[in-house]
Amino acid sequence: MTHRHTELHHVSRPLVWSGFKQLAPISVLVTAFGVAFGLAAAQTGLHDSTIMMMSALVFAGAAQFAALELWGAQIPLLTMIITVFAINARHLLMGATLYPWLRHQPPLKRYGMMLVASDANWAMSMQEFSRGKPGLGLLFGGGIALWLFWVLGTWLGMHFGNAINDPKSFGLDMVMGCFFLALIVGGEKDVRMLFIWVVAAASSSLAYWYLPDNSHVIVGALAGGIVGTVWGGEQDSGH
Amino acid sequence: MDIETAGGGALLVVLVMALVTLATRWGGVYVMAFVPINYRVKQFIQAMSGSVLVALLTPMVINGDSGARLALITTAGVMLLVKKPLPAIVSGVTVAALSRYLV
Repeated sequence: MTHRHTELHHVSRPLVWSGFKQLAPISVLVTAFGVAFGLAAAQTGLHDSTIMMMSALVFAGAAQFAALELWGAQIPLLTMIITVFAINARHLLMGATLYPWLRHQPPLKRYGMMLVASDANWAMSMQEFSRGKPGLGLLFGGGIALWLFWVLGTWLGMHFGNAINDPKSFGLDMVMGCFFLALIVGGEKDVRMLFIWVVAAASSSLAYWYLPDNSHVIVGALAGGIVGTVWGGEQDSGH
Repeated sequence: MDIETAGGGALLVVLVMALVTLATRWGGVYVMAFVPINYRVKQFIQAMSGSVLVALLTPMVINGDSGARLALITTAGVMLLVKKPLPAIVSGVTVAALSRYLV
């Protein structure tokens, strides 16, 4: 073993494999969410191939659940685009926070690794960097693990979903809503966030009652976003 | 613009979703190469990504039966207590099923 200092942006096959294994404990959870999505998607009436394609290519749980909310014989494309963008906008922040290490990588690797960036592997790789260890293996290897289990879970749920006749009696129509609420409640909680949520809820209710179909999503997202910008919080907190 | 899901429409929607998501995964890295994302933009993105979930929940609360509302209250409560999403969701769904069975 050499004592050569390992660069933090270093990424290698063993690091990717170790990242894959480190995310394995979370894979049970991801598979369970995948099952919930596959089930909900089948209940919404999506074809098997559409469901699998969505999980494989989009690979973003909350956005996929939201897509089901907008799904029907006709889909409002612009609303779908804005909704998916708004939910996934946090990826922009992930990319920005990973940039100091990603910039040392050639573009192909840089953007290749970002293909599988999501909440869990991003958080773990940032943690690794803060400990002074190379974290990009966790980002990529962990991301591949998350992707595999997400797709596997989706496939399982899809098959269960097609077998259940009355999903409502099992409370399965509430999987989506409970998932969203768990994400909201699990996030940052302070007076500012509470106010942002209240504004989002009030404005989207008004839009739901008085504006065209599906505009409540965009109105709520924008109103909350604007309030969050005006009420800026503390500028030089360490985050 | 509305897309018919019959025929190739559903596939098109999935591809558009995939492209938009890809843009968010790549966009942050790409933009940072030219100009660092500033504090205001960060605040907007954070507030917006929470608010969109609240907005999606709104019709479920407005139109939902008592089972649906009890499910949401349960999920929020369990999430605050246990801080783990899976048990929170499972309890919510279970409460919805139970209340519909009993009422």
